[in-house]
Amino acid sequence: MAPLLEIKNLHAKIGDQAILQGINLNVHSGEVHAIMGPNGSGKSTLANILAGRDGYEVTEGEVFYQGKNLLPISPEDRAVAGIFLSFQYPVEIPGVSNTYFLKAAYNAIRKRKGQEELDAIDFLRLIKEKAKSVEMDEALLSRSVNEGFSGGQKKRNEILQMAVLEPIFAILDETDSGLDIDALRIVSEGINVLRSPERSMLVITHYQRLLDYVQPDFVHVLSGGRITKSGGKELALELEEKGYSWVGK
Amino acid sequence: MKDIEKNRKDQSSTIQDFTTAEYKYGFTSNFETDAAPRGLNEDIVRLISGKKKEPVWLLEWRLKAYRHWLTMKEPRWPNLTYPAIDYQNIIYYSAPKTKGPAPKSLDEIDPEVRKTFEKLGISLDEQKRMSGIAVDAVLDSVSVATTFKEKLGELGIIFCSFSEAVHNHPELIKKYLGSVVPYSDNFFSALNSAVFSDGSFCFIPSGVRCPMELSTYFRINASDTGQFERTLIVAEERSVVSYLEGCTAPMRDEKQLHAAVVELVALEKAQIKYSTIQNWYPGDKDGKGGIYNFVTKRGKCQGRGSKISWTQVETGSAITWKYPSVILQGDDTIGEFYSVALTNHYQQADTGTKMIHLGKNSRSTIISKGISAGHGQNTYRGLVKIMPGAEGSRNYSQCDSILMGERCGAHTVPYLDVQNTSSQVEHEASTSKIGEDQLFYCRQRGLSTEDAVNLIVNGFCKQVFKELPMEFAVEAQKLLSVSLEGSVG
Repeated sequence: MAPLLEIKNLHAKIGDQAILQGINLNVHSGEVHAIMGPNGSGKSTLANILAGRDGYEVTEGEVFYQGKNLLPISPEDRAVAGIFLSFQYPVEIPGVSNTYFLKAAYNAIRKRKGQEELDAIDFLRLIKEKAKSVEMDEALLSRSVNEGFSGGQKKRNEILQMAVLEPIFAILDETDSGLDIDALRIVSEGINVLRSPERSMLVITHYQRLLDYVQPDFVHVLSGGRITKSGGKELALELEEKGYSWVGK
Repeated sequence: MKDIEKNRKDQSSTIQDFTTAEYKYGFTSNFETDAAPRGLNEDIVRLISGKKKEPVWLLEWRLKAYRHWLTMKEPRWPNLTYPAIDYQNIIYYSAPKTKGPAPKSLDEIDPEVRKTFEKLGISLDEQKRMSGIAVDAVLDSVSVATTFKEKLGELGIIFCSFSEAVHNHPELIKKYLGSVVPYSDNFFSALNSAVFSDGSFCFIPSGVRCPMELSTYFRINASDTGQFERTLIVAEERSVVSYLEGCTAPMRDEKQLHAAVVELVALEKAQIKYSTIQNWYPGDKDGKGGIYNFVTKRGKCQGRGSKISWTQVETGSAITWKYPSVILQGDDTIGEFYSVALTNHYQQADTGTKMIHLGKNSRSTIISKGISAGHGQNTYRGLVKIMPGAEGSRNYSQCDSILMGERCGAHTVPYLDVQNTSSQVEHEASTSKIGEDQLFYCRQRGLSTEDAVNLIVNGFCKQVFKELPMEFAVEAQKLLSVSLEGSVG
């Protein structure tokens, strides 16, 4: 079967600085891939390019998603096609309630797919049910998007959005950073509930501890803009023990 | 690689074009008008007063205003740039021609006039009106219809055109006209006092809570015509009223002058809430045409414990110059100012408020949200003045600006003058660019750039919108999104 996502020899730079220097990666439906690597290795750049963020120049290589060239597609069209990015630093939108924001997003996607939009009452029912699944306080639903949220609440909010939008391919960019152990458990459970044969995930993390909870099918080490080592979940443990210097450049 | 290049181009051009929605109210109507000759002199003042069959005292007042105006100079301190206005090239009076005597009931209104307001979504038919709003419709220089007059009259509420009030309630007009904004107050108030043609008058007797929103809809139709209306609202002891004002004009290549005066008087424990959605024609995307909007709005909290609240959404006009203010004369009075001012393309706004604290324990709140896009220039100018006797007074001001693109500007000019030691004044200000981070976050979740901008800007304005009556809040949001089109780039 053709992979859901196919990254071929991807090179990218920001300004004059080369960040990605030849990434190759295939992700099939239902697979969970972990990308690990030291700071500055290009993990977040990869996540942002896959989601379509401006400011990166792809100088070489290609990315195919569902067999189509992904790079020319706008971020919102990628969202419609089922790509979801859980942000490392979720953004605050003052004055816009969490529920309103998510309803707007949910219905924008449905509308573009030619599906019927959900009315306010049905959506409220949906979001409350999903909020329960990520143990999120309902009071946060009526607050402004991420405004004044703690680090843990912001990350949980990202997982809530993922639960509502039900993506086909989810990129989790350092979802574990800034979480205490309880929050990490809750967020991880939220992610695990969403694992399914129809949904693939790319879990980007600096530390192995998230992978204790979210067990990946594959682990890749990113270093100097290239994948320098790939393996099963045991690779993460080995890394934890030996440090990133072990995989080198 | 070509695909990527193309992608980048597509994205930036969607952002740039994102685009010029036409001003929705830009149509002109055809009906015969009765207009004064161009220019301004004492004869024109007399002519206007004569058309209105005004009493001599009012003509005298107009003439005093006119003579005073001749001694004044247009203010040059605002942060506004525009060519000199030729006051002799303006028509100061224009009215839809009436066939025979003035219409006695709403059924007798010229169908063409009725159609004009229907196009604007303002039905002059009481049955069709949303219950809960009474309308005074002002076209060019005259009030053409006022709805729900009788129903309000049962409660002793007077809601009618200014001209009618001059005839039917001269004692009230004589008492309050110019009592808050004297004709000599400023250049534009003097001009307005000399040539004002109509407007709305509203009187709420003591103890009455007005059961519906009162509203005036101003429409400029004739070309080369200035519009100079006056609104006077008097709220007696313990009365409560909410008043709305809306304005539109056709798209014309020439600039048009609008110089209005609004006076509010609140007696003991009375409350007046005054909301404006100003959507005069802003000019085209190159800055051609548009309304010059020079407006003096002021309220006086005369009685103890009274409250005046201004809410404005300023999206129209090529130039906006207005500072809805409150004189907090009584003890324990409250003044509020909530403002959203948007300047896109070549629009310029210099707007804000003055809170003058005279009474003890008087309180004021200022929330100003400025949005600049295109080449728009947006200035907040506000004065908080606490006089020696206003002991224990407080003010809180918050002025936030948002910038879209590289060519617009936001300016904040707060003046604080506190003359006693027992009062507190707080001022907060922020200026930010609409965040690329916010935009990308929204787009990643599936919203188009356009929807994302609207969402973010509406969130930014929420503190002000929540002060508007419900149906106006919805209209304001829509208006903002239309006015913002073509703004991100």
